[in-house]
This record gives sequence, C-alpha cells and structure tokens, in this order.
Amino acid sequence: MQLEQQLQEKLETRDILLMTHIVLGYPSFEVNREVIRQMVNEGVDCIEMQIPFSEPMADGPVILKANQDSLAAGTTVEECFSFGAEMVQKHTIPFLFMTYYNIIFKYGEEAFFKRAAECGIRGFIVPDLPPEMGKTFLELADRYDIAPILIFAPTSTDDRMKQLSGYGRGFIYCVARRGVTGKKSDFDHDFDSYLARCRTATELPLAVGFGIQSKEDIDALKGKADMAVIGSRTIKLVATEGADAVGPFIAGLR
Amino acid sequence: MDTNGFFGNWGGAYIPEVLHQTFQELKEEYARCRKDPEFWQEYLTLMSTYSCRPTPLTHAENLSRHFGGADIYIKREDLNHTGAHKANNVMGQGLLVKRMGKKRVIAETGAGQHGMATATMAAKFGLDCTIYMGEEDVLRQRPNVFWMEKMGATVVPVTDGSQTLKDAINEAFRDWVTNVDDTHYVFGTACGPAPFPEMVSWFQSIIGIEAAEQIVKYHGKMPRRVYACVGGGSNAMGVFKRFLDEDDVELVGVEAGGHGADSGAHAIRLSSPDATPGVAQGYKTMFLQDNDGQMKQTHSVAAGLDYVGVSPILSDLWEQKKVRFESATDDEVMAALDLTMKLEGIIPALESSHAFAGAFKEVGKLSKEDAIIINQSGRGDKDIFTIAHAFEDPSWKKFIIDRGKEYSSN
Repeated sequence: MQLEQQLQEKLETRDILLMTHIVLGYPSFEVNREVIRQMVNEGVDCIEMQIPFSEPMADGPVILKANQDSLAAGTTVEECFSFGAEMVQKHTIPFLFMTYYNIIFKYGEEAFFKRAAECGIRGFIVPDLPPEMGKTFLELADRYDIAPILIFAPTSTDDRMKQLSGYGRGFIYCVARRGVTGKKSDFDHDFDSYLARCRTATELPLAVGFGIQSKEDIDALKGKADMAVIGSRTIKLVATEGADAVGPFIAGLR
Repeated sequence: MDTNGFFGNWGGAYIPEVLHQTFQELKEEYARCRKDPEFWQEYLTLMSTYSCRPTPLTHAENLSRHFGGADIYIKREDLNHTGAHKANNVMGQGLLVKRMGKKRVIAETGAGQHGMATATMAAKFGLDCTIYMGEEDVLRQRPNVFWMEKMGATVVPVTDGSQTLKDAINEAFRDWVTNVDDTHYVFGTACGPAPFPEMVSWFQSIIGIEAAEQIVKYHGKMPRRVYACVGGGSNAMGVFKRFLDEDDVELVGVEAGGHGADSGAHAIRLSSPDATPGVAQGYKTMFLQDNDGQMKQTHSVAAGLDYVGVSPILSDLWEQKKVRFESATDDEVMAALDLTMKLEGIIPALESSHAFAGAFKEVGKLSKEDAIIINQSGRGDKDIFTIAHAFEDPSWKKFIIDRGKEYSSN
C-alpha cells in the first residue's frame, strides 16, 4: 500500500498521528531496537531512522551529538540497512530513512534506492536535497516506490509550497520554525497561519516537526496537522533516563 | 555557472528549504550588482580608500637570484587592510548586505583572517557580527581572536567534529537557518552553495586583474606561471581568473601536504587520489571522505588550508586540466617561509607559504627570460605562536613562560 494511503487510513481512527525519530547506532543498535519496540507498543504510527552523517547541517546539538557518537562507535551505512530490514520485518508500521544527501550520493543513488526498497523502507527525508538538485533522486523514488518526503518551511512562499507539493509523496514535513532541530517552538498566531498556508498548498498529509516536546504541543496541532514529529525529545530522554523511559513518555502523549 | 549553480559537474546549491527564499533574494541582488557598473566602481573606491588597493607586485630579486631560474614576483595581498586577501570578498559582500538591508552578519573562519575581515567590515558598516571558529583554530590563531573581539564581534568557539573550518561552517549555517530574516552569512571562500563560489571569486578577481597589469608593466609580458595556495580556493580563484584565457600562462594550485601525501594526515583534495566526489556544506566537489561518505580528519600546519572540500570551480578547472595541482608538506612550508623571511624581509602566512614552497620546487628549472607570480594571500605575523613553536625559538619560549608567570602571580 502507498505510504500516503496507509497514513490516511490511520487518520480515520485517530485525530493525530505520531512519528518519532531515532539516530541509528546511537547509543547503540541494541538500544535502538528496544526504543523502537516501546514506541511501536505505545502506538507510534511511523518512525524515521536517521543514518548518521559527519556534517549534519540542519540538526541542533542533541541530534548532532547523536550523529557524532554513533559514527565514533563505528556505525556503517550497511549496518543501518540491515537494521532497517530487521525493523520492517518485525513491525507493521512504516519505516523511513532520514539522512543527508552525501550518504545516498556516495553509495550510488540507484544502488541506495534498490537496497532500501529491498529492506522495505517506505520513504526518504533528505533535508539538504531541494528538488532542483534532486532530478534523478525523484525519478528513482518513483521507480522504486519510495516516497520522497518534501519539506515546507515558514519561509517558503505559497508558490514554492505548491511547487514542492508537486514533487512530494507520502506526506509533507512542515518545519515548525526557522532554526535547527531540538529547540522549543512557539505555537503562536503566525504558526497557525503558516499551517493554514501549508494546508492550502497540498493535498498530502501534513507532519509537523522541530521542537514538539509535550502532550500540550501535540494537542495544539490537532485539527491543523495530521502527524506530530517527536525528534530530539526522545533522543535526549534515552540519553538521560535510558530506553525504558520511552514507553511511558510516548503513552503520555495522547 | 549554469542556472542551477553548477560548473561542469561541480557546485549546485544543496540547501535546506528554510534558506530557499533567502538564496533567491541573494541571487537576485548579486545579479543586479553584476549588471550595475556603479557597484564595481563603488567597490574599487572603497578598496582604494579603506584598504591599500592596488596591492604591490614585488620583484623578489634575492629569491630569483637564489634559485637562478625565472624572475619571481610576489603579489602582496598581505598589504591589503586586515592583512589578507579576505577583505576583498568581505568588503564586496558588505556592500551587498547594505543593499539588501540586513542588520547582522555571521561568518566562519579557519585562520581567523576571514573572521577578522568580517569583524572589520561589520564595525565600519555598523552591523552586528558573530564569528564561528573551530576550537582548535581559536587556540592556533589567538591574536586574530583578540582583535575580532576588540572590534565588537562575538567569537563562538565550535567544539563539534574536528573543531576546524568545516565545523565552523556547519555552525554558521545553523545560525543562519535560525536568524535568516535579518542575517547575511558572509561566506569566506569560493565554496558553499551557489551563488557563493562565483560571487566570492568575482570579488577576489581584483587580485589577478591588478597582477596582470603590473607584471606586464614590470616584466614586459605575461608570466610563465602563477602560483597560489588552495584551501577553499578564494585567493587562487582571485589570482587565476584573469589568466584563465592566457594560453601561455600555467596556473598552479598548491594544496596542504601536511605530514605527506601518503600519511593520511593532509588536506590534499585534487593532487592526490584520496578525495572522491561528494556533496556536503551545500555543494558538490571533491571531498576527503571515507567509503560511506563520512568526512575525514584533515591536517595542515596552516589552519586556513585545513579543510575537507575545495571550490567547485577549481574542481571543474582541475577536471578540464586548466589548473595544475601540487602539494607542499608542513616541513617544506616552514623551510620556504624561513628562506623568504631571510632573503626578502617578507613574512608570508603559513597558508601563503604553501604557494612559495610549490614555486620554489620548480622555479629554478624555468628560463631566466620568464617570470612567475606567487600570490602571497596573507601576512604571517598572525601565525607568530605557531611559527615560533615550529622553530622551537628559545627566546620566544622564555618570553611566554615569563609572561605566564607574571599573569598567574597577579
């Protein structure tokens, strides 16, 4: 089933979906495995797994450190693929890869798509690949039926959003504010009008990320967005309180 | 540059969506400036009244005699205000910032010269200024940090990754995506997303335009070769650009050989097989990276050359064989610096000393009828701590120990 269709079906029974973010190999694949198990048990709808990169330009301190620590521990792209395949086998929710373009480019674009498709990965989020630079990437996404997740930002004009939406599949990732991952967002009036602009620009489900940390944040998104993205918050939680803290935290979100 | 910012296979603009709009505005303003002859005139006036342009072309008679080959001429970017070619780019972007009406500038810096120039420009134009600098470079280039702070800039030491230039660039981008509305990122070299590689090269092209005129005046004809050190590649692009269409002029870029091409501890992107095509920091070029695409640690005695990537324009010129690339090791660089000080009374920066070292290896084999130009991209006195340390200078060491004692007893 198409990623978008699967999310739309879930939306028939839930007022908002949850996507979580983990950095592969941080603090270890073993901990990743346990964290994902708890997330799935508590009803997370979709998980983006970040393949670490040495230059994570769009990430804030928490995810930046996670990238560095994972690489320092020796994480390879190949390990990320096999772990991804294992998760897809074990759980029924859709899994996506998030990474920076160099990881895909260096592996060989087509080889990367082929391998990810074999693993059952459903979508790619690549924050440093605007569609202007991604001609072959978008063609391959189509051929291998892996959803290219396009990103909207508060600085995107209405025309730009429409243009991006034309390239996107699965859902649109709406960056809640200017800045990097992991900083607290203010959900003020401007934010509501931004989400309204996003809604007008695309038929695809809207996921909102960057700074979502609590049940209040998620409640505030209901009726305005389709999916809330929890990123740095759970990564920090695992680092400070361990994997076992994740289940209760997720359970408390809806 | 094509419409997507590529030079042949290299370049582009791999930027997060949040920066899309600001890049559109930057591209439009840059295009307007390129078309406006008054802009370049304003730039020339600024550079000749606030800085020392045109910078001299010095005939290095003693070095020429020492090697017994071609006549050696040195393009003196060290005599530019703030002591390096960096000011050419920064003052140009400063004029652009004024046109765009932004109130704050940020910059990355390796050797500290670009940070220094940006802090100077911000002081002159009344802009807020934040400089990102790898923690390792803060320690290597302490005098520049001191002056940046004195001119009112905030210097942020970057403790991520290898704590050098590439990490400072990442951190500057993180600032920019957060403060995009009122902030311009004064990119310091001919790298990064389009239009930076071309725009920075344009401002720097003043070096080669002057040098071509000067060499014809002094030597009667074009030089046989032009040498420049290559970190990101802005001083090289600056001096090379004017000579690209001169068929008889060979252009030589000298990269940082560090502990040697086979040591793994170097920053040689184009003249060794160690680098491969990649995309990072917003552009596509030859990067020193592993098979998974993770950037490697680089090494050079010169902070300004200690970088994993290289200008996409230079990658294109390398591929087209229009520029030849060589490297010089840390030891060769120290020897070249020593010789230049002793014979000419000139102190090139450690970065620039790579161009000298590269030229010294070859100049003796050229005809006495010919001339070469070495681009001295900057002054060496900023490197006093590193150079004194490398020479193990006993009286300097004693001075530091005594001064340390004096401070700790207060």
